[in-house]
Amino acid sequence: MADDPQLTGAVDRVATSIGRVLRDRLGVDAGQLDKLVDFVGRRLTGDFEVDAFGFDEELTETVLLPVLRPLYRHWFRVDVRGIENIPDAGSALVAANHSGTVPLDSLMTQLAVHDEHPRHRHLRTLGATLVFQLPVVSDLARKGGSTLACNEDVEALLAAGELVGVWPEGFKGVGKPFSERYKLQRFGRGGFVSAALRTGTPIVPCSIVGAEEIYPMIGNADYLARLLGLPYFPVTPTFPWLGPLGLVPLPSKWIIEFGEPIRTDEYPPGAADDPMVVFELTDQVRDTIQRTLTELRELRGPAFG
Amino acid sequence: MSRVVMVVGVARYLGARLAELLSADPEVERVVGVDVVEPAESIGSAEFVRADIRTSDIGRAIRRTAPDTVVHMNILATRADAGGRAPQKEINVIGTMQLLAACQRSESVRKVVVKSSTAVYGAGPNAPALFSEDMVPGVSVRGGYEKDAGEVEAYVRGFSRRRPDVDVTILRFANVLGPTIRTALSEYFVLPVVPVALGRDPRFQLVHERDCLDALRLATVAERPGIFNVAGDGFLVLSQALRRAGRPALPLPTLGTPLVGGMLRRTGVADMDAAMVRFLTHGRGVDTGRMRARLGFEPAYSTLATFDAFAAARAQGGLLDRDRVRTVEQTVRGVLTGEAGHGR
Repeated sequence: MADDPQLTGAVDRVATSIGRVLRDRLGVDAGQLDKLVDFVGRRLTGDFEVDAFGFDEELTETVLLPVLRPLYRHWFRVDVRGIENIPDAGSALVAANHSGTVPLDSLMTQLAVHDEHPRHRHLRTLGATLVFQLPVVSDLARKGGSTLACNEDVEALLAAGELVGVWPEGFKGVGKPFSERYKLQRFGRGGFVSAALRTGTPIVPCSIVGAEEIYPMIGNADYLARLLGLPYFPVTPTFPWLGPLGLVPLPSKWIIEFGEPIRTDEYPPGAADDPMVVFELTDQVRDTIQRTLTELRELRGPAFG
Repeated sequence: MSRVVMVVGVARYLGARLAELLSADPEVERVVGVDVVEPAESIGSAEFVRADIRTSDIGRAIRRTAPDTVVHMNILATRADAGGRAPQKEINVIGTMQLLAACQRSESVRKVVVKSSTAVYGAGPNAPALFSEDMVPGVSVRGGYEKDAGEVEAYVRGFSRRRPDVDVTILRFANVLGPTIRTALSEYFVLPVVPVALGRDPRFQLVHERDCLDALRLATVAERPGIFNVAGDGFLVLSQALRRAGRPALPLPTLGTPLVGGMLRRTGVADMDAAMVRFLTHGRGVDTGRMRARLGFEPAYSTLATFDAFAAARAQGGLLDRDRVRTVEQTVRGVLTGEAGHGR
């Protein structure tokens, strides 16, 4: 094809005019376009890097976070407080309340840390085994910086000086009925506290208001859940009744507050294996979050205001 | 100290190369290569002894040659190499038992080196991102080669308890790749269109064939008892590897069903057993800290460099060749930025 000068000329003319239309009519910036082509080119030739946990920083910053940003800014209008409690460098363990039927709160927290923190740090979130069983979801989770919530991975991330996000309520938190909104569930066995103690990492309590109202769960189709191997099958005012439309989250107003870090490096060695210390610290984190949630709800006022 | 090294499994590529490498090593006096068939490739000045490790032949060979070091390279990862799953398991498990029994009775053996694989850790959704040597192996191991590798190591541990005077080194290699070696994974990457699991992009590590041999040589000539993961620096994800090899991916809902797996095998497209399917679905990562600190081994090739060395030798001219993709990229860039069309 390329050997035929007449055809090559025609192709060139068509291509240049398409290019002109794109630039002039749509007002797309040439520099941005250049960057985009560069990015796509690197993707297509495999010139990129992932870390040991599968985190693809470039893809996260160029594709994954920008896709979520409109939801964060314009739909949930997320208000972030206490971002100065996230250290500029070094490891920290962010522990937050979990809710919302679909765990959008972890994605929004990840975006909050990246967008509001002066160093644009990445929050490396921890996910349940189910996340890594599902096709597509597991792939996006790893590329977005998530890894399995197990002691080995948490400690490896903290030892590498990363910022780690954990939702210790797990499925008990995300899948609780609407009537129990803003009531914290048990914080598991406090595994995240042991990991923090073992690595001397500060724990930043994080309270999220707003996620409870995005998919108010009024029922649970237990039989379907078991059939699909899911921890619960949500029934909300819109799902599954409205089909795909039921997947649109309600536009509640969100506040995410990062509390003062709780130090863990002053405990004697071996504290990580002392259940008394672990449960005490776990309760301290849990109480802080519960108290802050009550304050933030008052501050926010009506959910859809 | 006299150095008589017996390399078990010299008829296959890495075994032959190691025997050749050791026979050129001034620290090694004599190299004995053992296998059931005569090696097709050069084993240097090593002497060849024919013995079947599934039988007591191997005991006689050890008595006759009196080695002080035995390197066990005869654990087969692909059933095609053995001629089926049953013979593969026979060679791996029974072969190891016979070899260790012979070593246990031998007066001369002072050191055993085993070429194992990170497959002992298995692969699955509940695997940690990085396995370290002390983790209970096989949390998600169900069968096939993964199980063989785990059983082999269990017998090696048993041997180690009965003969505490013998130094045992187990090297758990990540997948070995390079310009020459043929493995199930290398043949997978040279398929014109590569089947992958839909919605999965596993990450993995590689070891260059030269690094593999260097690590084995080091474990053979130096005193480094223990278990070590061996892998090159960094990670690759499958989609990235395929693009670097210029191979289009064919996403299938699952690679694991008897239908898909059987069809690929019968048509000779790819020999994928359950272990490989799990690897290609979930990937695997191992911690290599101990390899650096205690084995004192630094791989010359990173995972990426290993793959590129393999791709340059074996995977040229794929449908999505990188040069072709770059030409298109240049053209698109030219169009978008307003310079004349063909960006050449």
